Order: sequence, then C-alpha cells, then structure tokens
Amino acid sequence: MGIDQKLNQIVEDLGLFEDDLEKYEYIIDLGKQLKKLDICHERDENLVQGCSSKVWLICEQNKGKLFFHANSNAQIVKGLVYILIKLFSNLTPREILNINLDILQNLGLSEIITPNRQSGVIGMIKRIKEYAQALNKVGKSCNHNN
Amino acid sequence: MYKQYFEYFSNNKSVYLDNAATTQKPKEVLHEMNEYYTKYCANTHRSNYSNANKATTLYENSRTYLKEFINAKTESEIIFTKGVTESINFIASSFVQENFDTVIISELEHHSNIVPWHMQGRKLHKGLEVVKLDENLNFDLKHFEKLLKQHANSFVSISHLSNAFGKILPIKDIVKLSHKYKAVVLVDGAQSLAHFKVDVKDLNVDFYAISSHKTFGPTGTGAIYVKQKHLNKLKPYQTGGATINDVSFSKSTFLDSPFMYEAGTQNIAGVIGFSEALKFLENIGYEQIHKVEKELYLYLKKELEGIEDIIFYSDSKKSIGSLSFNIKGLNHEDIGILLDKQNILVRCGHHCAQPIMKKLKIQGTIRVSLAFYNDKYDINKFIVALKRAIDILKD
Repeated sequence: MGIDQKLNQIVEDLGLFEDDLEKYEYIIDLGKQLKKLDICHERDENLVQGCSSKVWLICEQNKGKLFFHANSNAQIVKGLVYILIKLFSNLTPREILNINLDILQNLGLSEIITPNRQSGVIGMIKRIKEYAQALNKVGKSCNHNN
Repeated sequence: MYKQYFEYFSNNKSVYLDNAATTQKPKEVLHEMNEYYTKYCANTHRSNYSNANKATTLYENSRTYLKEFINAKTESEIIFTKGVTESINFIASSFVQENFDTVIISELEHHSNIVPWHMQGRKLHKGLEVVKLDENLNFDLKHFEKLLKQHANSFVSISHLSNAFGKILPIKDIVKLSHKYKAVVLVDGAQSLAHFKVDVKDLNVDFYAISSHKTFGPTGTGAIYVKQKHLNKLKPYQTGGATINDVSFSKSTFLDSPFMYEAGTQNIAGVIGFSEALKFLENIGYEQIHKVEKELYLYLKKELEGIEDIIFYSDSKKSIGSLSFNIKGLNHEDIGILLDKQNILVRCGHHCAQPIMKKLKIQGTIRVSLAFYNDKYDINKFIVALKRAIDILKD
C-alpha cells in the first residue's frame, strides 16, 4: 500500500468518530496493538526529541525498506506512534524523504492533539526522516542502536 | 453560587479547576478596565489634563488600596510589576546579587524562585541552599535553622503556598528564624491572596511578591512589597520615563520609591483592574472564602481517596487550593487529555516545579486547583470524568 492510500485509510478510520473522546478511545486501542519493543531499546539515545512523554524509536532495514518499532510511557502517544509507524514503515528511505512534514495536517491530528503532542509528532517524523536520510546515504542497516 | 459574578462561567460550560495557573475575573474587574480604555484612556504621571489626572488618581488609589489590603506602612513600599516573576527578578537583581553570599530556598519552589538565582551564577551549595521537606512535603524548620547557622549573610526566598501541592508554609516561623540570624526574607505570594489574608506587618516579611492574575485580577500585573527600611538599598531595575527627577547628558537623578522602580508606561488598566479584584474579595471576605474552600478541599480529597490506585504526595494538613495526585500505572498527561475531552480543565504536568517532581521521582502530576467559586457539583463532575478516563486507559 502506498503512502497516500495508507494516509487516506487512517483519515477515514479517524473520521468515523464524531466525538473526540471516542476518537481518543480508538487511538488508545491502536496503541495497545503496538508490537512490544525490547526493553534494551528504551535507552536515551533512542528517545525522540520534542515529546512531552517519552518515546523510544528504532529502525530496521529489510530488503531496502525501513521498518520502525517504538514504545512510549503514555498510552495516547502509543496510539499516535502506532499510526506513524504504520504510515512510514515498509517504505524505502527515498520514499520517506519525499513525504512532506505537513502530513500532520492531512491526518487531521492537529485538531485533536495538544500543541505539546503535535511537536512530539513532528519530532518523531523528523527522527524517522533522519533514519531515512542516514540510510539513503550509506545504504546499509540502521540497526546501529541495537 | 459565586459563579454568577464571573462572565466566564456564562460563556463556558466546562469545569474550571486550574485556578493555580490563573483565576477567572469578576465582572467588576472587566468593567473598570473597560471604563479606563473607553472613557479616560491617558498615560499616568505625565500629562496634566483631566483624563490624565483621573488615570493617575485611580492608578495611585489602587496602590493605596493594595497597601491597606496587605497592611503595609506606606505607599512607597508598594511597587507595581508585571507579576511575581518580575518581582523576584527585580529584587534578585537590584538587591540580592551584590549584598548576599547565600540564597536559601525550599524544595517546594517553582521555577520563578529558582532560575533567577541560577542566573546570578549560584548553584547548589555554591551560593544557593535548599531547605528539605518531610515525607508530607512540610518545610523542615530544623534543617532551615541549620542552614541559617552555617551561612551568615543569607537571603531567604520562600513560597507562601505551593502551587503544585497546596502546602502552606510556616512563614511567621521562617521569618522569625531568619531575622534571628540576620537574614532577609522574600515571600513568594503568587498563590496566597486568592485563598487567605496576607498581613505583611504581622508576618514581618521584608519583601512580599504578589500576583494579580492569580488573585482574580488581570494578567500582566503584580506587585512587590518592600519593607521601608530596605528601600534605600534597592537599585532601579530598569530605567527610563517616569523614574527620573532630572536628566542631563552628564547624569540622571531619580525620583523616590515607588516611581523610580516603575520605568516606562505601566499596565494602567491592569493595576486599576487588580484593585477592583481586591475590593471584590474584600466584599466576599476571607473568612467566607476559607470556609468554602476548606470544605471543598476536604470533599475533593475524600472523593479521590475512593479511587483505586491513587497516589497522593502529601497529607491535607495545612493545605489549601491545589491537590496533586497520580494514578498508578497511568500517565498523567493521558488523563489530562481525556479529562479535557470531557470538559474538565485541570493541569497535568510538572507545574513549573521540576525539582520537587525529580525529588518525588515523577514526571508530573494531575493537579486540581480550587477557588472559592468552585462547588461540589464541579468536583462530582470531575470525579465522574476521572473514573471514565481511568476506565478507558486501563483496558
């Protein structure tokens, strides 16, 4: 599935809820589906900057595509992390670098998450792009934090 | 029953429980500020026409009102500022920096009473000492006395009421001990006037920092009380218009206090509005405010005690206004967001008091902060919403 299709799917799913609280319940449920991150990755060097809650993000490369894994100490953030990982995983570094940071607007998250958490989401997208940038240059595994 | 005096509550159906951050403004305050801007807007202490004279008179009447409200001796002891942060920075820069070897604060302080001392190059045990708290976040007077004994020539800067936990500090005892060891005391009263009477003469403080916006007045206004005997040792913090007696290209001579410390055009409407807020409080009476708040505080605590896995950080003794807690295993910010989505407005975070959060080994708390206009209905709605938030987050 391409990035546009993934984005449309997420926007469509979030649009099913008229009530913000229900939307949050859905996001929290998504967070519960997040694949468990090995505790050894919950280190300071894997922390995403700009998040008021803690978010640890790592990246793996497989057959030229990037796959992200993450965890957070906050449940709502876990849900947001799940959405971002779904969106950015299984893409090549070049495809990730071509995605505009305005994606937050397209997701419609800016209406429901606090400014603090918006900067956290932006921080996470930046970190994902940094991984993509590094791998686009060297073309090798980014599993260096493991 | 008091919400009828505040237009905010006619326009908002949400439950406002963030009064330690800022309070709502009664109609009288907004009316008087509007009167200034729409009927006699002019600068103070300068021009000599009728509107300017009226603005100056009402501005100075506000000073007199505040002087009497806190039982200061003279108007010269009341200097208007932007708020408590500016008040502390002013005294730090104009009085403390050159005159004191050590500044003593407590573990309970918020950033406004920590960072100004760091800016002077003071660090823990290098010009800055911190009084410990006990397991219920009570100020340790024995440790304080030990610090005073160890550090001659100290300046003590202490909160009257903790914004994060609602603890009232024993200011009279602190001042008594400080003066015994020749230390000078500033009290950070950011939270106090919204909850209880402050009498600077009775407390015998040297400096008392006051916030308008946390006392039902407008933002951008506050004051610092300076005991008369210290006035001649204070240097002007900022200089410019309205502070000077005579200026030539060779030198400037200054007016007396308070004018020499109020440089530039002041927040005229803010000061006039602030005195209206104080009049409003006086009409209700602190006795009534205390009665309402104490009952609400205990009710809130009792209701919260019924919630599974709740973690408190202090007891309710000598506490008013703010109550902080966490729910075991849940993130305070998650709870705050889900409360917001149910129209319950509380603050979740470190409350600009990171050092005490670090001491407690937490990132932050959920803080409910009450004012006299809150009622049991607000607390009941909050408890229902809190339970729903917990249900959502706990599977």
